[in-house]
Amino acid sequence: MEASNPEQYPDTHHDTYSKTLFGFWLYLMTDFILFGSLFAIWAVLRNNTFGGPGSQDLFSLSWNLFQTFLLMFASFTGGVGGAYAHRNEKNRCLSWFLITAALGIGFLIMQTMEFARLIEAGHTWKGSGFLSAFFTLVGTFWAHIIFAVLFTFIIIWPVWRGDRDIGLRNLTRLTCLRQFWQFLFVVWIFIFTIVYLLGAK
Amino acid sequence: MLGRLNLDALKHDWIEYLAGASMFFGLIAIIALVTYYKRWKWLWKEWFTSVDHKKIGVMYLVVSFVMLVKGLIDAVMMRFQQAFAFGDSMGYLGAEHFQQIFTAHGVTMIFFVGMGVIFAIINYVVPLQIGARDVAFPFLNNLSFWLFAMGGMMILVSLVIGVYGGTGWSAYPPLAGIEYNPGVGVDYWVWSIQISGIGTMLSGINFLVTILKMRCKGMSLMKMPIFTWATFITMILIIFAFPILTGALSMLTTDRLLDTKIFTAGFGGNPMMYINLFWAWGHPEVYILILPAFGMFSEVVPVFSRKRLFGYASMVWALVAIAFFSFIVWLHHFFTMGAGANVNSFFGIMTMIIAIPTGVKVFNWLFTMFRGRVKFSTPMLWFIGFIVTFVSGGMTGVLMSLPGVDFQVHNSLFLIAHFHSVIIGGVVFGFFAGFTYWFPKIFGYTLIEKWGKWAFWCWLIGYCLAFLPLYLLGFMGVTRRLNHFDVTEWQPLFMVALLGALVITAGVGFQCLQIYTSIKRRKENRDETGDPWDGRTLEWSTTSPPPFYNYAHTPEVHAKDAFWDFKQKGMPIKMGPPYYPIHMPKNSPYGFLIGVLSFTMAFGLIWWIWWLAALSVVGIVVCIIAHLFVKEPDYFVTEEEVAKIEGEAHGSV
Repeated sequence: MEASNPEQYPDTHHDTYSKTLFGFWLYLMTDFILFGSLFAIWAVLRNNTFGGPGSQDLFSLSWNLFQTFLLMFASFTGGVGGAYAHRNEKNRCLSWFLITAALGIGFLIMQTMEFARLIEAGHTWKGSGFLSAFFTLVGTFWAHIIFAVLFTFIIIWPVWRGDRDIGLRNLTRLTCLRQFWQFLFVVWIFIFTIVYLLGAK
Repeated sequence: MLGRLNLDALKHDWIEYLAGASMFFGLIAIIALVTYYKRWKWLWKEWFTSVDHKKIGVMYLVVSFVMLVKGLIDAVMMRFQQAFAFGDSMGYLGAEHFQQIFTAHGVTMIFFVGMGVIFAIINYVVPLQIGARDVAFPFLNNLSFWLFAMGGMMILVSLVIGVYGGTGWSAYPPLAGIEYNPGVGVDYWVWSIQISGIGTMLSGINFLVTILKMRCKGMSLMKMPIFTWATFITMILIIFAFPILTGALSMLTTDRLLDTKIFTAGFGGNPMMYINLFWAWGHPEVYILILPAFGMFSEVVPVFSRKRLFGYASMVWALVAIAFFSFIVWLHHFFTMGAGANVNSFFGIMTMIIAIPTGVKVFNWLFTMFRGRVKFSTPMLWFIGFIVTFVSGGMTGVLMSLPGVDFQVHNSLFLIAHFHSVIIGGVVFGFFAGFTYWFPKIFGYTLIEKWGKWAFWCWLIGYCLAFLPLYLLGFMGVTRRLNHFDVTEWQPLFMVALLGALVITAGVGFQCLQIYTSIKRRKENRDETGDPWDGRTLEWSTTSPPPFYNYAHTPEVHAKDAFWDFKQKGMPIKMGPPYYPIHMPKNSPYGFLIGVLSFTMAFGLIWWIWWLAALSVVGIVVCIIAHLFVKEPDYFVTEEEVAKIEGEAHGSV
């Protein structure tokens, strides 16, 4: 029997869309707490430079500000893509999510360049408590962006290949994806403020 | 090619060889039996890949039971060592081996017995209690189980290949750092907990969504059974607490693998941050263990007192209060850190306050029994035992919440006796009560009372003999984790403690006997009605064991104690035809595969076999993608099939 419409019989209250979204939102909360523990480490170790350079010597605020704009636009375009998914406009939805992925890749390149610049100058995570905390916090975020970009492609692939109709299953996933990009931007705001803005002065 | 893995990893002392050999031959015997009875396909299709919450619950039970035996053997070995290693005698265990045993004992009992048994019961009972057909994310549930099982496997493997951590179950740096522990022991410790911890976090999300989104019609939050309430609050604790553990363990891993300087003693690291993070998870964790046990008692006591639960609303608010306070008491695990008088007083006072909602619950249970027609079946005996041991353990806890007192007994055997009182008396007794209570629902026949009572008395007396001496020894100044003592005056008390451990072992023996004879005589103890105890909650309204879809018609409830309400009003639960097709999830192999790949990934990282770790990570990502691309993850059970199953269960259609 076809399982396309689970709502057609009595007492099958399988509201998969709202269940999945709520579950994903809870996952995002756990991720926030994970970042919270990394921020706690940062707060304690940020001045433990062990004679090496401190945060005020290393960061370039304009660089990070540009990254912030990239992620802000990624969050915005992801939101637009999600909205088009809800209006079942497949091509527009796909294009906006592609822009999101592109912005994400832009961020990744800039972040990787920042890491490379630090490592080339000899300031690796092995140097001090401060550098370790920096690399763990921002590196975890960097890894999140890699996964976000990867899963953007994985999730839009079946939409691209599929029917004109996006379908409930894809809609659920696209909405989760949109939430994830917005979540990442919120985390980045904290990183930009606490690590870079407060660190640079 | 094999990193730092070489033949030296297999070199052990004779006791470890014995354990390894028994495990190896046990495994061979199981494989031979399954092959002989041609059950591989059955095992794979019906169990390993199953997304049925009931089967996953049973698998949790099996793994926890294996781990319980392992943890118990560890305990008895430690007791033997400490009972004889006085003066000139160094005992039969080397110091290296002894420290691995006390580490493994703690990890096994907390993560793979405690967490295992509560998730066994939660998995089985909660969807039934809320009238649902499965959990919110059935595949995720299967994955959580396999992550849990593979974490447990890691401890067992460390017995044969390499060593386990020797740092105590909390693995404080800098001792747990790469500088002082360059071997694989701590890495095994990290990964066994990391893998199962991520599984637990996923379960937390899963059951929270299940409880909030999948309750049957009419079941408002304040009509939920208390066990479901306890689970609900526990899942909130898991969601808040486990990411902290994941974070702390990840940073310990980068310290060890990538040479970061986060928890190091030098280079601007801060070891105390690990201890703070560990207990910011660790204290909620003890409530994650105990709250479901509280929930089980809250189900058992009303049924066996034939009265409704006294103070339902106060029970709920007590749970909420405990959950809230459990996050602001973590520092009482290390008052001796030197945070200063003000900080210590704050955490001391919060610790005292948390005893109040706990006390509310104790009084509510007692008032439930008051003027009830109490039937002292085994679950009720476990409850009585719990009241005695848990309350005394709680009192000693409040005693230690005074920072001044804590400075005296910190890390002494007094502390050991305290947390064993609350964990054995609370979690373990609670689980045994719940296990006996729900056993007929799970397997379709009741357990034999006689051996259950023997087991109970052995556990209770054994507990007293094993841990009351430790309170005394703690006052005399004996610290924990010692493999040898100079003061021979202490030996008699350690002998008594050893005797206690043996009596507890006898209790476990009686439990095995109980299960064995109950299986043998299952025909005469069969539960035909589905309601052997005259129960109050929905799970007793379906057959024992329930059909895989739980309810042919999902119930609609009008009161707390929904099933009792139906029985009182003489309203029959809707059972007969017409039936409708039922929407169910399909089995999936990816939970098992991701579990195994997580294991190989961890194994690669422990032994520095980088290609294996990288390959496993790729494999995990591929499995996730493959799972996302499954064409039809669910199907419909036809009404004919439902009618057939229901007809067989109820004798007529």
